[in-house]
Amino acid sequence: MVSGGVGEMEAKETGLSRDAADDGVGEARADTIISVRGLDFFYGPIQALFDVSLDIPRNLVTAFIGPSGCGKTTLLRCFNRMNDLNEEARLVRGTIMIGGVDIHDAAVDPIELRKRVGMVFQRSNPFPKSIYENVAYGLRVGGLRDKGALDEVVERSLRNAALWDEVRDRLGDSAMALSGGQQQRLCIARAIAVEPDIILMDEPCSGLDPIATMKVEELIHDLKRRYTIVIVTHNMQQASRCSDRTAFFYLGRLVELGETMRVFTNPAHKQTEDYITGRFG
Amino acid sequence: MRAIAMGRGASVRAGWRRAAEAAVVLALRGATYAILLAAGFVFADIVWKGAPVVLRPTPPFVNVGFLTQAPQTLHVFEDGAGREVRLGERDFREFQARSGRAVAARSFAHAGGGIMPCIVGTVLLTLGSIAIALVLGILCAIYLSEYSRQGPFIRVVRLAIVNLAGVPSIVFGLFGFALFVLFFGWNVSLLAGWCTLAAMVLPVIITACEESLRSVPAGFREGALALGATRWQAIWTNVLPHALPGMLTSSILGITRVAGETAPIMFTAAYVIRDDLPWQGLGNAGEFFFQGVMALPYHIYYLSSKVPPNEYTRDARYGTVFVFLALVFAITLMSILLRARMRRSRPW
Repeated sequence: MVSGGVGEMEAKETGLSRDAADDGVGEARADTIISVRGLDFFYGPIQALFDVSLDIPRNLVTAFIGPSGCGKTTLLRCFNRMNDLNEEARLVRGTIMIGGVDIHDAAVDPIELRKRVGMVFQRSNPFPKSIYENVAYGLRVGGLRDKGALDEVVERSLRNAALWDEVRDRLGDSAMALSGGQQQRLCIARAIAVEPDIILMDEPCSGLDPIATMKVEELIHDLKRRYTIVIVTHNMQQASRCSDRTAFFYLGRLVELGETMRVFTNPAHKQTEDYITGRFG
Repeated sequence: MRAIAMGRGASVRAGWRRAAEAAVVLALRGATYAILLAAGFVFADIVWKGAPVVLRPTPPFVNVGFLTQAPQTLHVFEDGAGREVRLGERDFREFQARSGRAVAARSFAHAGGGIMPCIVGTVLLTLGSIAIALVLGILCAIYLSEYSRQGPFIRVVRLAIVNLAGVPSIVFGLFGFALFVLFFGWNVSLLAGWCTLAAMVLPVIITACEESLRSVPAGFREGALALGATRWQAIWTNVLPHALPGMLTSSILGITRVAGETAPIMFTAAYVIRDDLPWQGLGNAGEFFFQGVMALPYHIYYLSSKVPPNEYTRDARYGTVFVFLALVFAITLMSILLRARMRRSRPW
């Protein structure tokens, strides 16, 4: 099973069998939640993704790694159709199925899709509102008015994001006053408040110090019991620490996807090995 | 010591280069000082001749009559002791009644009394037109910067807005006269003046509003959309509240433009003389919108071009200009202070 055009050539070069290298796309597995087939994606005239196919299993953490500009964030933003907002962005070919539904089907409302597929951004972006209002935002725009229900969800989300004990006494304070790590966990709380199935994380720790990073990683570990998590990261250690499966992208192509342990200890492709050992990237 | 390996020719060239550099700096500095000098001369002249008309050395320190009365005809005559007396129309009549005789006097139209109807008119014209321009401008800016997709049509719209900013104000005046005064039949009225001034200042407001919208971080929009908000929900709850202070303060600069223009209102809203203040003598509330008003810039234009210039009419001119400048300075200063405060209190 071949995931990308590059795979073919590389597999021959490294002398490894392609079947061992690419276990990303098999027959659609029962527990697959995101399924991408033959995706070609352009920004204006520039092609960002080349014939990408992969499956992402439910309730596991999948990490996307690769050098800058390799298309991993682009693919992530396809999953909640965030790219719709970019006028230059064009999905030329291929399909993305989430929970068995083609998300580009005319019947799919991107608003509803984004409620099921939450996102945490690279730069923590709390709204300049109170901590409470940040977490309640998704529910409020969804039309929930009941104060009791809001209180309950806010508390539960903050607890699940391991932030409750730090902010329980100052829910009314501005979220901008929190530290960087707390802000990022607040953004995670905000995302899980709307009860999504999937949480997309775009380099969630890139601006954080090691302690704050560790807390977010622990949180990711806790969250995967209930959510499917896709995380883009530049940090190899982070990918190996907190993901179950790792996909390596290079120049817009999926080079390799497999169990994280396997990808890091026994990469099937020369490029993957070069990247994870720090020879480029 | 490093030997200076320069021939005579090289050192002469270096001398020339230094001289040229000095000449350029002198020319640049001279141009800057010339501008400063010209501006300083204008302001000094206005303050020197205008301030004594408006300000008084004794309490209440301002010439209350000049700020609270309507313009009157000025009468100049000699009293019994041979001293020159200047009286406005009302005081002159009282004086005549008291002295019980006809006093021979020279009269100068509009040079006496005060300028209150002009101040009131200018304030009303400015507030109304800015309100109209803000509503239209904000809606337009939201569409252009948040919704519209870049394409030939939007490029044409933007080009039109830029060109609108370059249209001479007299053209706006004639446009307003043709459309609002004649075609809509609003006559010379506040409403016609508002709409004309609003059309004139719209490009400034739209540009300012778009800039404010752009200054709101993209993360606020994306964060909201990623939580399942619609575009309008994201804009309404997460973009507009943060852009609005900037829109308002930047628009204050539009106010000075509106307050200062003569040409757009001379055909659409301004009266040469009207003793009633805008809230006096109205049959019903609707009439408020369909009355002409006096305005500071038009009053200055009239005093300067239609009233013979001499020592008796000078005070009215300089006093009006001084008040006008003080008003514009105050608005500009307020906008600068508000802007600075807003920059500091920005939450991100």
